[in-house]
Amino acid sequence: MSRIELKNIDKYYGSNHVLKNLNLTIEDGAFMTLLGPSGCGKTTTLRVLSGLENPQNGVILMNDEKIVDAATEFFTPPDKRKLNLVFQSYALWPHMTVFENVAFGLRIKKLAKEEIKRKVDQALERLQILEYSARYPSELSGGQQQRVAIARAIVSDPELLLMDEPLSNLDAKLRMDMRSEIKRLHMEMGTTVVYVTHDQSEALTMSTHIAVFFNGELKQVDTPINVYTNPANLEVAAFIGTPRTNFVEGRARYEDESLKVDTVIGEYSYKENTFTGEEKRTGEFKVVVGIRPEQITISRIKGEIPPNSIVGEVYSVMPSGSETLVEVNVGDTKILIKLMGLIRLSPGEMVSLGFSPDNFTVYDKDSGRLIKKVDVSDSDIK
Amino acid sequence: MKSDIDTRKLRIKNKIKNYFSNPYNIIVLISVILLSYLIIVPLVEIIATTFRVVQRDVRRIPGSKPGDFTLYYWTRLLFSELSSSLLYKPLLNSLFIALSVSIISITMGGVMAWLLVRSDIKGKKFFSLMFVIPYILPSWSMSMAWSAVFKNGRVGGIPGFLSMIGINTPDWLAYGPVPIIIVLSLHYYAYAYLLVSAALKSINSELEEMGEVVGAGKFLILRKITFPLVLPSVLSAFILTFSRSIGTFSVPAYLGMKVNYYTISTMLYSQNSANSKAVAYAIALIMIVISSLNIFINQKAIGARKSYATIGGKGGRSTVVKLGWKRHLIFALLLIFVIVAIILPLVILTVETFMLKPGIFTLDNFSLHYWIGKEGSMPNLYEGEAGILSNKLFWNSIWCTFKLVILTSFIASVIGQLLGYVISRGRRKLSGKLVEQLVFIPYLIPSIAFGAIYISMFATRHGIIPALYGSFALLVLISVVKNLPFASRSGTSSMMQISSEIEEAAIIEGSGFFHRFRKIILPLTKGGFFSGFMLIYIGVMKELDLVILLLTPKMCTMSYLAFMYTNENYEPYAYAIAVVIFILTFGSYWIGGKISKVDLVGGLN
Repeated sequence: MSRIELKNIDKYYGSNHVLKNLNLTIEDGAFMTLLGPSGCGKTTTLRVLSGLENPQNGVILMNDEKIVDAATEFFTPPDKRKLNLVFQSYALWPHMTVFENVAFGLRIKKLAKEEIKRKVDQALERLQILEYSARYPSELSGGQQQRVAIARAIVSDPELLLMDEPLSNLDAKLRMDMRSEIKRLHMEMGTTVVYVTHDQSEALTMSTHIAVFFNGELKQVDTPINVYTNPANLEVAAFIGTPRTNFVEGRARYEDESLKVDTVIGEYSYKENTFTGEEKRTGEFKVVVGIRPEQITISRIKGEIPPNSIVGEVYSVMPSGSETLVEVNVGDTKILIKLMGLIRLSPGEMVSLGFSPDNFTVYDKDSGRLIKKVDVSDSDIK
Repeated sequence: MKSDIDTRKLRIKNKIKNYFSNPYNIIVLISVILLSYLIIVPLVEIIATTFRVVQRDVRRIPGSKPGDFTLYYWTRLLFSELSSSLLYKPLLNSLFIALSVSIISITMGGVMAWLLVRSDIKGKKFFSLMFVIPYILPSWSMSMAWSAVFKNGRVGGIPGFLSMIGINTPDWLAYGPVPIIIVLSLHYYAYAYLLVSAALKSINSELEEMGEVVGAGKFLILRKITFPLVLPSVLSAFILTFSRSIGTFSVPAYLGMKVNYYTISTMLYSQNSANSKAVAYAIALIMIVISSLNIFINQKAIGARKSYATIGGKGGRSTVVKLGWKRHLIFALLLIFVIVAIILPLVILTVETFMLKPGIFTLDNFSLHYWIGKEGSMPNLYEGEAGILSNKLFWNSIWCTFKLVILTSFIASVIGQLLGYVISRGRRKLSGKLVEQLVFIPYLIPSIAFGAIYISMFATRHGIIPALYGSFALLVLISVVKNLPFASRSGTSSMMQISSEIEEAAIIEGSGFFHRFRKIILPLTKGGFFSGFMLIYIGVMKELDLVILLLTPKMCTMSYLAFMYTNENYEPYAYAIAVVIFILTFGSYWIGGKISKVDLVGGLN
């Protein structure tokens, strides 16, 4: 159990600035996921936390105790940080059995033999791999190796458990199983977990908090629900969500204590209580409206076009069994819609689209920042 | 302000602490210091020596005292009436030999590689074993075999086999450039053979089949597709062969020195023996420059294109070219080559050790005297010298050789692993690159020149190192340093196979450097360690060039003893030693291959 604070962390590899003035607090018992595309600095953050890399600037506190202070070149060695790490490649020692792999750290700590046996067996039991105790890593499947790697990391009861893309080498089905396994483990042990991934659905399903990284900068830290419904800026909005969010350009101005937004899909007005404080209050300015594909309804036009509806022409239909993706052209704008089940539509058909404007997010186009948010309590329960 | 200063103090203190608590830095520090001391300092030392007057030349250089700066030695070497015989003629001889050897061995090796990899020739397994034999054996043993066959009565000692049966061989076939070139080519073609076969194996035959599909003939495909693809390896083999043969000593010493045919390396040896050290060192420097130029050209010209040799993907499936009716003809030619060039010399050499007097094929002339004869038992043969197995000198040399070989291979492999660790973990760091460059230097220096450097460096007490000349420690030292490029390369490649995550997983658990090395790194690299060990072991076993200047009769290796016997025209004894070395080298090679299960031949290039 551990509370971590990273303050003004800078990390360079040569002239390459990998972490840019990173500030992040990880609360005790949190499951914090560092999410971002490859090369964004998330793994580097993990390595700086673990002590395998040292930052050039900044301070790291663990339970209010300094473990890193770059100004005085003070770096606590990794094994003194009460943490453990699960590597992307598992990094199991191929010449040791499962038991020896898990017992390695305990033997270094010179624990009594029976104590080691008890702890290792307990950890293996917990990961349901006790029966493979005497095998070598090469005699195990990928999923079992993964469990050994986790057992090795938790056997010493670390206060902080770091995981670097632990599921990326597993096939899709195993990945789903391991997700729930890791989530359960986190709840049982109560350890603070920092988890690195580029897979957003992993991040959304497992974490209590998500930190989104781009190009070495932290863009947003929030709960999964908030990151999904209210991405802090256009970059995050474009990254989070499959299929991608629709972006519709428009113009906005502040009038009569509300924000009037004018787009190709209609004119909307938002009240003060949905503002984020980033909005401009004078003049007209360009905005981008974000609409999640699953929040749009679609209906076939029979005969007359109903008044006040947004009409478009079907561009392509992509059924995948449980859901169907439909692309519709509205003027010059392409709108993607996600519908549950199988929908029979063909390209060229005219359809009308239905929107729920409260679920739109609105961004200032120049700054890219969110100016109108979605009330989460409204949006998640329909 | 005060806290600012405190911060800075603490920062410096922590910085130093961090630096020294990281074993990587310690190894880098120690290796940079040691390598500078063992490689850079000696180099500077001999450069300085060539500009310094020595006692015995004071009279020749008017108005000088020992230790004064002088250009006398360089002038003598480069611009005097002696220059031609001291430098230019030997240099030309060396260049001529190196060029001829390179051309012949590349052609031979390339053709053989193509036949064995890409054609449907019979007996591939047999030939691929036979072709590398000359490479495994010490090159001087081939020259000994040559003498055993072609030697005529011009110099002392027993004549060769052909003279015995009444065919008088001409001088040009018995000594000098022709036999030197042939013997060296027979030794070095294996290089080209190994390099080119590796390249050929990596070419996907689909590339050639594509040529066939568009209607190109076999020869056109060979010329336009196959050859350009292996060209980088061919060039690389060429330059390697060239730089090796230009600095080689033992073959020209065996086949040239007795008739005053000098190459640059034998000239170095004779100048050193004649006690004109400064001139010898100057020659050594010239050799180093030539060899560095060579390597430089190799890296510039080929380094950039090398990658393209493997284009063509996985290699994988490979169809062979049908030779048709020529298949049997070529098979016969190769068989003749193997018998004449490889098997016959070995047989003749062996048979001669069993014949009391050469050329007399009667039963009573056959004897084990040269093997087990007691001292003085045949007083009229070679002053009663005992057969080698009853000879103290021989047993001493075996003991000495094995002591040297085992110590050197062990020390060099251990250091090689450590250096490999630094080089592989420091790939992107300046320190790693610096170590890699330093370790590479001994590769640039021809063995005999390296020996010359070490004599100069360690003849007298030097800092904390006492005078080592004539000591066994010096032999080990020079053999270790000279083999570091190979040792560290094998260390690097085995370290590269251990991902840094494997090691970091142990760091996280609190495993210190030595604990990690013992528990994780060594167990995982022991295969690489062993094959590196075997490579050095075999290399040192047959080494003569490197240690020839450093050895004394009291403390000598088998190679040196054989060399001494030949110099005194005690051929049968030398031949017997050569046979022993064959057996030992093959034995070690075979056992090594069995134990380590690695193809040592493949790793030899």
